[in-house]
Amino acid sequence: MDISTRKVGAATIVDVVGDITLYNSPQVRKVLLDLIKDKKTPRVIVNLERVKYIDSAGVASLVEGLKVSRDQKSSFALFGLSRTAREVLELTRLIKVFEVYNTEEEALAGGAKTDASPAR
Amino acid sequence: MSPLPPKKDYIGAMTPMPVKASCAISVRNLRVKYGEREILHGVNFDVPAGETMVILGGSGSGKSTLLRTLVGLERPSSGEIYIMGKEFANISEDERDELRKGIGMSFQSGALFGSMTVGENVALPLQEHTDLDPSTIEIMVRLKLDQVGLSGFENYMPAQLSGGMKKRAAIARALSMDPQVLFFDEPSAGLDPIIAAGIDELILKLKRAFKMSIVVVTHELASAFLIADRMIVLDKGVIVADATTDEMKNSTQPRVRQFLDRVPEPEVTGEIDYLQMLTGDIPPIRQ
Repeated sequence: MDISTRKVGAATIVDVVGDITLYNSPQVRKVLLDLIKDKKTPRVIVNLERVKYIDSAGVASLVEGLKVSRDQKSSFALFGLSRTAREVLELTRLIKVFEVYNTEEEALAGGAKTDASPAR
Repeated sequence: MSPLPPKKDYIGAMTPMPVKASCAISVRNLRVKYGEREILHGVNFDVPAGETMVILGGSGSGKSTLLRTLVGLERPSSGEIYIMGKEFANISEDERDELRKGIGMSFQSGALFGSMTVGENVALPLQEHTDLDPSTIEIMVRLKLDQVGLSGFENYMPAQLSGGMKKRAAIARALSMDPQVLFFDEPSAGLDPIIAAGIDELILKLKRAFKMSIVVVTHELASAFLIADRMIVLDKGVIVADATTDEMKNSTQPRVRQFLDRVPEPEVTGEIDYLQMLTGDIPPIRQ
């Protein structure tokens, strides 16, 4: 799995490429907590377009990111969920807990929440 | 259909097949003995990755022995087991422990540690085998308990749970490492119909969302036909059918029909047979 960040306006986008699993999710957690807690980024958006699979450790890392961002009064969003990633969030009843968008543009605009159809 | 040429009144396979890379589990010529008594007599089957295989069979058919052997609790006397393409039956304990990280097992009895809370039971594999932060593990434990309908029970001791709740807690523990291959031993036995239906639904969701390959030993026919992609029927340590659920429903194999139609075994008839059995003139059953 590869993970990188880029600033777009006030937001920071976290691009994740590859599966997020038990063994690499600590890396995702570290990047998210660093951005939200240490760098006080006002809006963190996780790009999951190139994540085909996410296990529950990966989900737990995203939940931690969301929790810390709420504690910090910042915002946290996801976009580009694959069908599998969406099913995992549905199975764990988190799809409506997260701010989920289909595209980067929508996530940056903080547009209407899209919880009906998979991004792809 | 079965990859083997069909035989009369027989859907499945008794002769070895080549191991396929696309299979989560491949079993070849598996024989298991307890002492001198052979329980499994050369079993062959495949579980394609991402599918659910149900193992059916009457009491004493060898299905529990098969499951225990697949998860490494019994050593085969001969034969091979491949899990996610890796030979599992004839490797060292260290290698087996490593492979077991990708396997989850939900025991019929639950097998929870009585001195630990439910949450600690679910967290244990994660603490033992991963470098996850304790806060991540806490969230994962709650996620797993929620998936089995036990939200809020993390601080309960197993003794405070009903039988069905213990079983669900055991499933949560089996799920804790997000295994690629998950084994269930009688997941709905002893549960009320609503909870049992919930377990069936959970198995279907796990397969779909987490792409797990699942092996279930069960007596519950309605559940089996709901959750299975394929089924095998074991009888006296031999696979008598290996087929899709639709093929199994239409099977004409006598032992399969007897099992599916819930036909009892015929009683010993005739005074002479019965007398011979009582006096020991009929030798004990040897498998």
